[in-house]
Amino acid sequence: MERLLNVTAGLSILLIVAVLMSLRRAHIRVEHSVSWLAAGLAVFILTRWETALTFLAHSSGFSYPPAALLAITMAVFLLVLYRMSGMLSQLKDNNIALAQKVAILEFRMESRQETGEAQARP
Amino acid sequence: MTKAAAPASLLILVPALNEAQVIAEVVAEIRSTVPGIPILVVDDCSQDSTASIAKAAGAWVLSLPHHLGLGGCLQAGYRLAYELGYEYVVRMDGDGQMDPAYVPLIWNRLRESGCQMVIGSRYMNGEAHYSGLVRRCGIHFFRLILRPILGKPVQDPTSGFVGVNREALEVFSRSFPLEYPEIETLVVLKRRAFRFEEVPCRMRRRRAGVSTITPLKSIYYIAHVLLGVLVNILKFERSKWRM
Repeated sequence: MERLLNVTAGLSILLIVAVLMSLRRAHIRVEHSVSWLAAGLAVFILTRWETALTFLAHSSGFSYPPAALLAITMAVFLLVLYRMSGMLSQLKDNNIALAQKVAILEFRMESRQETGEAQARP
Repeated sequence: MTKAAAPASLLILVPALNEAQVIAEVVAEIRSTVPGIPILVVDDCSQDSTASIAKAAGAWVLSLPHHLGLGGCLQAGYRLAYELGYEYVVRMDGDGQMDPAYVPLIWNRLRESGCQMVIGSRYMNGEAHYSGLVRRCGIHFFRLILRPILGKPVQDPTSGFVGVNREALEVFSRSFPLEYPEIETLVVLKRRAFRFEEVPCRMRRRRAGVSTITPLKSIYYIAHVLLGVLVNILKFERSKWRM
């Protein structure tokens, strides 16, 4: 059990470090990193705080605390992914609306130019 | 030709993606069959010269800055048509499958019936001879699914030869299904208590290119459309049901 908790703690630290490095290189924005950092931190705390993990395991019906840790980790990351899907959908909608607006504005500008040129002709 | 719309005006909307081989022919055929009707080609960021060829052929061209897919492409066209004040829009594909000789039939039906959408149906006069087995099965499946939802039968729910009036334009310019929009659009209309009718149309084989619907995509198509239909059913407001 101890080894499994150590490995999970190591992985959560790796995740936190990777997110922080991405932040430093501006690969992800601060507001999008919060969920990942919180998830990594939550998993790390559970691996180091055995009393809390055992309490959570027993209260959720797991007789083996590492199984509870796995389930909680999965739930946390599913939650993060779900949140990201929502953000992606919102961004896609905004992107489509923006692209359509740009195209329509370009169309209107070209039409205006063509009308102006036609009027300028003798 | 002015781009502002006249009363009871019609615009022909042609979504196109990499149709450089046929778009000039399609535009020319529409112009000769229904002269004086403006044609708006919405270029979904083609990698070939679809936009410039369409423009040279006499169409107006709305060029999207990046690929949006059929729904986003159509919605851009509907949005522009609505902003320009058009009363009616008939959508035709850019691959030459649809015969523009049926445009007046769809337009007249829209005006006479007062319904918000008229579908050019391949199946009202019997099965379209070129439809493959998988496609026919798919269409039959969706007919069965849509019958109780729409409260009336629909022969050709996947037809892209569709005319809409300004009421539908207003709705579509604000909200439109983004992928595989044909079937979902019918449910959107029903949700708004709008009506649709079908008129018989003849369609031809595509003049160039191949269909993007592969067997694997067909499965995705069915799942995607079913989910879209389900989501729209969940949005139904019972007080608006009629028909």
